[in-house]
Amino acid sequence: MKESVLTPVHQHLGAKMASFAGYNMPIQYSTGINAEHDTVRNEVGVFDVCHMGEFIIQGAEALELIQKLTTNDASALAIGQVQYSCMTNEEGGIIDDILVYRLGEEKYMLVVNASNIEKDWNWVVAHNLNGAELANISESTSLFSVQGPYAIDTLQKLTSVSLKDIPYYHFKIGMMYGIPDVIISNTGYTGAGGFEIYLPRNLSVELWDAIFSAGRNYRIRPIGLGARDTLRLEMGYCLYGNDIDDMTTPFEAGLGWITKFSKDFTGWRVLQEQRNKGTKLALVGIMMEDNGIPRHGYRIMNSEHETVGIITSGTQSPTLKTGIGLGYVHTGLKAPGTPLLIEIRNQFHKATVCRLPFVQSKVK
Amino acid sequence: MIFPQKLFYTKDHEWISFENQYALVGVTDFAQKELGDIVYLNIPSINKIILKEGFFGMVEAVKTVSDLFMPVTGKIIEVNPIIDKAPEMINQEPYSTWMIKVLLTSVNDKQSLLTADEYKVLICK
Repeated sequence: MKESVLTPVHQHLGAKMASFAGYNMPIQYSTGINAEHDTVRNEVGVFDVCHMGEFIIQGAEALELIQKLTTNDASALAIGQVQYSCMTNEEGGIIDDILVYRLGEEKYMLVVNASNIEKDWNWVVAHNLNGAELANISESTSLFSVQGPYAIDTLQKLTSVSLKDIPYYHFKIGMMYGIPDVIISNTGYTGAGGFEIYLPRNLSVELWDAIFSAGRNYRIRPIGLGARDTLRLEMGYCLYGNDIDDMTTPFEAGLGWITKFSKDFTGWRVLQEQRNKGTKLALVGIMMEDNGIPRHGYRIMNSEHETVGIITSGTQSPTLKTGIGLGYVHTGLKAPGTPLLIEIRNQFHKATVCRLPFVQSKVK
Repeated sequence: MIFPQKLFYTKDHEWISFENQYALVGVTDFAQKELGDIVYLNIPSINKIILKEGFFGMVEAVKTVSDLFMPVTGKIIEVNPIIDKAPEMINQEPYSTWMIKVLLTSVNDKQSLLTADEYKVLICK
């Protein structure tokens, strides 16, 4: 199992550690998931997400390769801009959901899920037919996500880069706490607002400590992957491996908005047909009416107790104090307000299809 | 971690205390720590007699769900009303926040339950 360089720091902070995507990561700290969740919604919290992968693609052939690999239109990116996108296979299935950063004129960075680093890298290398320059910098790069209303005030103390001038899904490269060439990105996976910070792995502990000193007056706290999951679920964001995988397509997953047919990409034909004909299944938000928490693998039924879908993610929303989840249902049942039943231990609990996000986002 | 001496324990991490023909049942400090933030208790079997080691309900935490098993044979006559309003009490005070009150319906064999010291040995292994 791989370790974050911050493992001793997490253990000192009382973290409960567990294996996630082959990495020993903090799941929660001593105060628990609900308190961590509230910290990010109301104050500021820091996630160690060093396990995420980063690939550099550069050279004259870089854009062409990225266009071929991904569903979104990377030619629309200005330098300093970020894009949410998918890599799809020949059948239109999602290999990974990723972020594409345009770092320079002909230089890009793909940020990929930890569980997919090897698969994605092999896929990118295999499709690099025209000789774009590739580098997998995952092992030498760290990523912190600083999220919450006071993220900006906390980080501004550590850099002369004007953070309020970085719009959502944009970034700047600058000095932070004396560390040069840090990528400061106005992105996140929480809907609470904040920044993601990419830095050299050997300087991780230094910057982690500096961020906590800078945020002391805002009651900054470390946040584990448990609260990362409740935060992203309240926003209805997909988690690779749960809600999307190689067998699901962007149209089934509600990611048609990052699928652009104005350019060619792997899986174009299948997805074009899905766009025109529609899909059999659709990923929807599900809110419990009764008590109970929908969880991965639970069956979704209609009022006649016929199976009409399956839950892919679920939790108790710390903000709403009710069970929420994502799941695939027959397309005819995807309209918000549609009543459903969730089978929990042979009992049927009432739920309804809910428009996403479950909780109002603070970003954009 | 705390192991009150006056309680009995099960290998499934429930505790039980006896008073006359009644017993109170909850989960241990170890169990609440493993579960994390508890958000909801589902006890469908009220007013039913359940045999020792039988399933009597589920405890839902944010991250996980766990089955609950009867430490003794008896009838569940009450679910702690505090838990519905404040399920986090199980995390905060696992040994005073009982989950169910049981009317004992047969001669219960305390011998098969664990003492505090035996339970401590079990989870420190």
